[in-house]
Amino acid sequence: MFELLGVPPQALFGQLLLGLINGAFYAMLSLGLAVIFGMLNVINFAHGAQYMMGAFTAWMLLNFLGVNYWAALILAPLLVGLFGILLERLFLRHLYHLDHLYGLLLTFGLALIIEGVFRKFYGSSGQPYSIPEELTGGHNLGFMFLPNYRAWVVAFSLVVCLAVWYLIERTKLGSYLRAATENPTLVQAFGINVPRMVMLTYGFGVGLAALAGVMAAPIYQVSPLMGANLIIVVFAVVVIGGMGSILGSIVTGFGLGVVEGFTKVFYPEASNTVIFVIMAIVLVLRPAGLFGRAQ
Amino acid sequence: MKSFVAGLSTALLLASAAQAQISDNVIKIGVMNDQSGLYANISGQGSVLAARMAAEEVGGKVLNMPIEIVFADHQNKPDVGSNIVRTWIDTDKVDVIADVPTSSVALAVQQIAREKKRIFLISGAASSDLTGKACSPYGFHWTYDTYMLANGTGNALVRAGGDSWFFLTADYAFGHALERDTGESVKASGGKILGAVRHPLNTSDFSSFLLQAQASKAKIIGLANAGGDTINSIKQAAEFGIVAGGQRLAGLLVFVTDVHSLGLKTAQGLVVSESFYWDLNDETRAWSKKFMERQKAMPTMVQAGVYSAVRHYLAAVKDAGTDDADKVAAKMRSSRINDMFSKNAEIRADGRVLRDAFLLQVKSPAESKGPWDYYKLLATIPASEAFRPLKDGGCSLVN
Repeated sequence: MFELLGVPPQALFGQLLLGLINGAFYAMLSLGLAVIFGMLNVINFAHGAQYMMGAFTAWMLLNFLGVNYWAALILAPLLVGLFGILLERLFLRHLYHLDHLYGLLLTFGLALIIEGVFRKFYGSSGQPYSIPEELTGGHNLGFMFLPNYRAWVVAFSLVVCLAVWYLIERTKLGSYLRAATENPTLVQAFGINVPRMVMLTYGFGVGLAALAGVMAAPIYQVSPLMGANLIIVVFAVVVIGGMGSILGSIVTGFGLGVVEGFTKVFYPEASNTVIFVIMAIVLVLRPAGLFGRAQ
Repeated sequence: MKSFVAGLSTALLLASAAQAQISDNVIKIGVMNDQSGLYANISGQGSVLAARMAAEEVGGKVLNMPIEIVFADHQNKPDVGSNIVRTWIDTDKVDVIADVPTSSVALAVQQIAREKKRIFLISGAASSDLTGKACSPYGFHWTYDTYMLANGTGNALVRAGGDSWFFLTADYAFGHALERDTGESVKASGGKILGAVRHPLNTSDFSSFLLQAQASKAKIIGLANAGGDTINSIKQAAEFGIVAGGQRLAGLLVFVTDVHSLGLKTAQGLVVSESFYWDLNDETRAWSKKFMERQKAMPTMVQAGVYSAVRHYLAAVKDAGTDDADKVAAKMRSSRINDMFSKNAEIRADGRVLRDAFLLQVKSPAESKGPWDYYKLLATIPASEAFRPLKDGGCSLVN
């Protein structure tokens, strides 16, 4: 049996697969960020908090209303998306004509408040949420044990990512959206309600965060700070992919998941840092990101 | 005239000192801990309630002086904690400080309490340095410490057949210390360390590390991490079928509230060391029931420890007839602790409370009779073995 850098190939395949699974979460989250930044020019720092709200909403639906995982997968993003729309109406829309920085500060503040409120009511230890009955157990692939739930995560998020990409890049609705970003006045002149479209887009981006949250609930700790730990990494993914690039965020999301997975084998201490190292290199060589267009 | 005034005031001072041995006519207990963050569930308001229950037990008064309980949130920051304690002592006339989880904050408070001569009842903090290099004549370490966690779990598990270990270690001082201490006690008891992997703090995905642990074929996977890291590793270990595959997880810093938040389905089989569990005997059950009615959660060992420490302090004030820190500390040391938390426990010269520790295993959902019925007792580690020998700590109070 050959070995690569002292690691047997089975272990490498295992890590490759695990990297893709983690990458699925990065992709889902950075996709929402990319949609919001691409269409609204808002750097949504509340994304981590909204991801956490998705997980908590799933938990609440289960514990207070007896709604199972599958229904939560649809309901939680809708509910959190509505909450996002409320935020957009109340606060965010007043900031569109200002510098990016104001939107960033506002959403950052909102994230702190939301996380604080959840911490007040639910403490910091987190809440239990089980893997749905249909997806418990797993398969032995020979080189690793693959839990069924992880297989589901990677497949489902790929489908979601591709669907969003198709929606924005290939459909008429998507072309309206992209046009509204370029020149809102002109698009409005064609009789399209741009403010409403922007509002719904924000709600959609937030819904994507919540969807990732529901998917994370069975495997990560459902706690008020679960998003805060992840959001910085996801921002790095977005920067590497190119701010606002839909395809960029999907590809870099999965790609960086794999890079991180390998780092966990060869030099685990650096696994949290490796993404930022890559970010620094990318920023030096291609400041607009791998898939971004310089403006 | 001048000498007359001076004489008069001295006489007055002496008279007042002889009459009221309790400073400011109130015993003020300051419970400081994390009220909203990572450690709020293990200490927080539950510790405040525990102190209150101890005060209520003596009728809210000692030597006819009322007992008042104040609390504050140190946010796990040493600077915030130090400021609160200085204000408490200098302007609010707080007589005794209790709880203080997060070792860095507790070490800062230990220093201030020593300078200002105030008794410090430590329950939440883990560092064994509090009775080692940083020991104080006024500091009492009540509930547990890192040595107990490491030694208790390591030693007892090897004896129970878990003789090969692999560590998942949080990559910072606390994790390294826990891994080192546990590893030493595993080796001393005849076990082997097969390897370790260091993960960054606040990692959300442990699958890669868990697969490495699985591949090591170690019988025990020691979790030298804390808080969310521990919870995520346990949750994902269940997902990857690690416990089902015959390996056991040993949580080196897990509290009963963590088990509650994980759920038994996920946490079953986990082995932990604690110095208290509500369902140990009739006394602990009775006290915990009262606590549960008011707090809506069962007490953690930290909260039970706060109760025990405040109770022992108040008894010592009563016996000493004063709240003078030196006299009360001497009284606390010379009397044994007897309450629902500890039986006949003594306090060592370095401030370490010597009491039994328990090696507990999390029940399976089928074994549990209901909410909070989480542990079964695997072994009792006697006080004499649970803590670091007096001579090894490097405390300056020990000759």
